[in-house]
Amino acid sequence: MRNNLELPFRYILTVSELTQEIKEILETRFPDIWVEGEISNLRIPPSGHIYLTLKDDFSQIRAVFFKMKARTLRFVLEDGLHVICHGRVSLYEKRGEYQLILEEVEPKGIGALQLAFLQLKDRLEKEGLFDLARKKPIPMVPQTIGIVTSPTGAVISDMLHIIHRRFENVHILLNPVRVQGEGASLEIAKAIEDLNKWMNVDVIIVGRGGGSLEDLWPFNEEIVARAIYHSKIPIISAVGHETDYTISDFVADLRAPTPSAAAELVVKDKREIKNTLHYLEERLENQILQTLKDYRTDLFHLRKMLIDPRKKIEEYFLRVDDLVNRFRILFSWTLKGRRERSLHLKESLFLRIPIKRIENLRSLISENRKRLGQTMRYSMEIQRQKVEGIFGKLESLSPLSILQRGYSITRKLPSLQILRDVVHVREGDKVEVKLHKGTLLCGVEKMKIS
Amino acid sequence: MAKERFEDALNKLEKIVSQLEEGDIPLEESLKLFEEGIRLSRICNQKLDEAEKKVEILIKGEDGTLKAKPFAPSTSSGQIPSVNSDEPISEEDEN
Repeated sequence: MRNNLELPFRYILTVSELTQEIKEILETRFPDIWVEGEISNLRIPPSGHIYLTLKDDFSQIRAVFFKMKARTLRFVLEDGLHVICHGRVSLYEKRGEYQLILEEVEPKGIGALQLAFLQLKDRLEKEGLFDLARKKPIPMVPQTIGIVTSPTGAVISDMLHIIHRRFENVHILLNPVRVQGEGASLEIAKAIEDLNKWMNVDVIIVGRGGGSLEDLWPFNEEIVARAIYHSKIPIISAVGHETDYTISDFVADLRAPTPSAAAELVVKDKREIKNTLHYLEERLENQILQTLKDYRTDLFHLRKMLIDPRKKIEEYFLRVDDLVNRFRILFSWTLKGRRERSLHLKESLFLRIPIKRIENLRSLISENRKRLGQTMRYSMEIQRQKVEGIFGKLESLSPLSILQRGYSITRKLPSLQILRDVVHVREGDKVEVKLHKGTLLCGVEKMKIS
Repeated sequence: MAKERFEDALNKLEKIVSQLEEGDIPLEESLKLFEEGIRLSRICNQKLDEAEKKVEILIKGEDGTLKAKPFAPSTSSGQIPSVNSDEPISEEDEN
């Protein structure tokens, strides 16, 4: 192996010879290296080979990742991504360029799977697969529950146990799949589609027990995410432990932290629902009984108020007569009082006062009389208004309105006793019949005892 | 009668109960609501008891179609049940 080219002075090389030498030096010096740098100028032509430049602050080097090797990539290469590459240096004679031929590429500072997860999550989120608005509600009482998980292991038996404990009579349909490893994601996606084709499945649980990111990986794959998205049946995603979040969890209509939690979420406790129903029925019955009771009470009170209208009218007549009497007394009092006082004055006047003064006093008297008249008229007016007011009120309150309906009041003359019984009259007696409008003066022709 | 969903019937029932409890409803309407409430409650109870307890597993037959067969979980780590089995899938033998 020659490290230095020792040539005689002015030995003229061809370009190819020079290139060949350089190539040998480079390729033997760097047959297997790890390089860290930032991706730029990423290009993927139709051939599928990946061309990029790896750079840092001061230098750059071209690199190529051939399709066959690139297939193993779990994440997506992007400009700006910091990566650690494993490969070898090679010189491409035709163009006189050296480059890295890559075997593997890993992201720097984060696991490949984690990066892949973030990239896919970002991409699907932007597409709208996680939108809240398109999530379907989980039916409250499903008749058939589909489950996509491994048919063996604790997960399925736990779920069956919990579901039947809460809701005995429900139909469970298991579509068995592998839940990790190569090809599992395809099985899971297919299983979701199959359940969609099966009739009457109301809700689907998709999940598995806890494991590493690698174990859970199928539930982070795009094919599963899209199968969940396109499912017409609501899906509950139940992958791993509480702290595990997978793409399935984001796309699904509901996330359960664990498969057991999914079993609790998918059915309510049947006894609880039955109790709720029972309670509602009770309230319903109580309420209707109360309503009926209230109506019965109202009816009772109304009936009480419905007294014989004749009795009511008698009452009112008595009150009216009473009021009129009281008014008359008040009125006469006033009048009487004033009259007596004026007489008294007159007497004392004639007894003591000289004739000269009589004239003065006479005019005083006539003045007083005038005033008296005014006062009387005034107070009469007031009383009259009062009575009118009372009458007015009586009228509006009065069941004399019953007369409007055709009832009439018959009173014996001259006593004005209200007649209710033919016993109180004889043939030939005169009676007054008060109608709603007007009164009749009638004579009794004949009586009939009813 | 259209097939009502359980939660719809339950919601309607709850609404009726609140309506009646709020009061101010004429007697005839109260009675109608009461009847409807009872009907909804019966429907809900019916739906709860409707389903049949069944546990099945989907298996792809020879012709590629899927069939449902009875299933009982086993705790051994067996393989996915084979295609042509007509027996209930339970108690796998360790292979």
